[in-house]
Amino acid sequence: MSKVAWYRIAVVGGIVALLEVLCLAGFIDKITMPAPHIIVRDLFRMVVSGRMNGAIAKTLSNTALALGLALGVGIIAGALLHRARALRDPLDPLFATYYAVPVFAFYPFFIVVFGLGDLPQVLIAFMLGVVAVIVNTLNGLDRVPTVLLKTARILRMSPADTALRMTLPFAGPYLLTGIKLAVAYAFIGVIGSEFIMSRGGIGYEISFAYANFDNATMYPLILLILIASVAVNGALTVWEQRLLARRGMR
Amino acid sequence: MTAQVRLENVGKTFMTGRPPAPLHAVGPIDFEIRKGEFFAVVGPSGCGKSTLLELIAGLTPPTEGTIEFEGTRVTGEAPEGIGVVFQEDASLAWLDVEGNIAFGLRRSNLDADEKKRRVRDVLKLVGLSDFATSYPAQLSGGMRQRVCIARTLVMQPRLILLDEPFGALDQQTRLLMGDEILRLWRETSATVFLITHALDEATMLADRIGVMSARPGRIIDVVETNWPRERDSRIVERPEFGSITARLWHTLRAESMKTIGRG
Repeated sequence: MSKVAWYRIAVVGGIVALLEVLCLAGFIDKITMPAPHIIVRDLFRMVVSGRMNGAIAKTLSNTALALGLALGVGIIAGALLHRARALRDPLDPLFATYYAVPVFAFYPFFIVVFGLGDLPQVLIAFMLGVVAVIVNTLNGLDRVPTVLLKTARILRMSPADTALRMTLPFAGPYLLTGIKLAVAYAFIGVIGSEFIMSRGGIGYEISFAYANFDNATMYPLILLILIASVAVNGALTVWEQRLLARRGMR
Repeated sequence: MTAQVRLENVGKTFMTGRPPAPLHAVGPIDFEIRKGEFFAVVGPSGCGKSTLLELIAGLTPPTEGTIEFEGTRVTGEAPEGIGVVFQEDASLAWLDVEGNIAFGLRRSNLDADEKKRRVRDVLKLVGLSDFATSYPAQLSGGMRQRVCIARTLVMQPRLILLDEPFGALDQQTRLLMGDEILRLWRETSATVFLITHALDEATMLADRIGVMSARPGRIIDVVETNWPRERDSRIVERPEFGSITARLWHTLRAESMKTIGRG
C-alpha cells in the first residue's frame, strides 16, 4: 500500500480512537453517543438477530432500482441528446442549473400522487441521479475524436453499433464519473426520503430510533450506511483507476 | 492495367463560416487509380488532399461529378473493400493490440480460428507479435500507427487509402515505415493511395504521383517514377530520385506560393 493510503487510514483511525477516548472518559455522555466499539458490537448483534433485515433489504433494493433507472435512462438520453443538437442546445442550461433545485421539495407531491409506497422514494433518488449521468455521458461523447467516427464509417458500422462499440467505450471513464455520482445520489435520495416520511427502510428506522433515544439502533444503522456507501464507492474507484491506468490517463 | 477507381469531373463545395458561404475545396478532378498500383498525391497545405481521400473513401459525397470504385458509384457511404489509415491516432484505447486488430473482423463471417490466424499473421507482418496484449497507451506513436495499419490490413482491403499516416513521426521512423508500407503493398497486392505533403516520401514510395494545385485543388501533373516493384527506401540513393523530386517541386513551388499569399 502507498504511503498516502497509510496516512489516510491513520487519519480515520485517529478520529475513531479520539472518539473512543472521549466517550470512555465521559466527555461525550452515553445518551449523546455510545463509544465506537459499542456501536460495532451493536451492529454485529443487529445483523445476527436479523431484526433490521427487512429495512436493509427495502433500502438497498430501492437504491439499486433508482440507480439502475438513473443509469439506463441517463446513458440512453445522453446518447440520444448528443445526436440531437436542436434539442440539446435549449436543455444544456437547464442541466447546468438542475442541481439548484431541491428535489426533495417534490416528495410530498409524489406521495399525494403515488401513495406512500416505494415509488416516491425511488423517483426522488432517480431524479437526483439521472441528470448527473446525462451530463457526464454528454461530456464523454463530446470528447470522442472525429477520427474514431470516420473509422466506424469505414468499418461500415451501424449507428447503434457505433454507439455501443466505439463512442460509449471511449467515453467510459467519463461515464464512470456520472455513475459514481448516481450511486451517491441514489443512497441520498432513498434514505433521505425515508427520513421524511416512509413505512420502512434504514432511514425510517434511524429516524424512529432517534425519536425514541434508541442509540443501540440508531448508531449501528448509521455505521451500516457508511460501510455500504464507502464499499460501493471504493469498488468503483478501483475500477476507475484500472481503466485510467490502461489508457495512460494517470 | 485496369482502373480500380475513376473520378470524373469531381468537385466538392462546402458551406462554411458565418454567415455560411460556399467554399470551393476541390475540383474539377479527373483521374484514375489503376488496380495494384501505388499512387501518391502531393499538394500544398490546405489544397484539399484529405477531402479528395474522403471523397474516394465515401466519407463525404461529391457536390459535382462521379466517383466509381470497381465500377460502382461511391455516394457518401464507405464501399466494401476499402481500408483507410488516418493521420491521427485511431487506435482504440480500451482494447489491447489484438483486440484493436480483431475489431475490424468483428462482423465478418469467418470462423473464430480463421479470425485468430489472420490476426496473428497481420501482427507478425507489422512486427507487433510481442505486443499483442499491450494497450495503445503503452506503445509509441509509430507502433500505434502500425496497430491502425494492421487493423486495416486484417480485413484484406483491395484498396488502401493512407492519409499522411506518418505525418506525426520523426524522419528515420518515417523512412522505415515507408519500407514496411512497400513490403505490405507487395505482399498483399492491394492498391495503395497515399496522401502526403512530403515530396521525397511520395517519390520514394509511389509508381505514379499526382500533383495538386492550390485551392480549389485539381490534379495538375501526374509523374511516373518507373521504379521496379521490388524496392525499398534505399531508392533515395538513385540519381532519378533527385530529378523526380525536383520535378515535383518545380510544379508545386508556384502553387505553394499561392497558398501563402505570394501567387
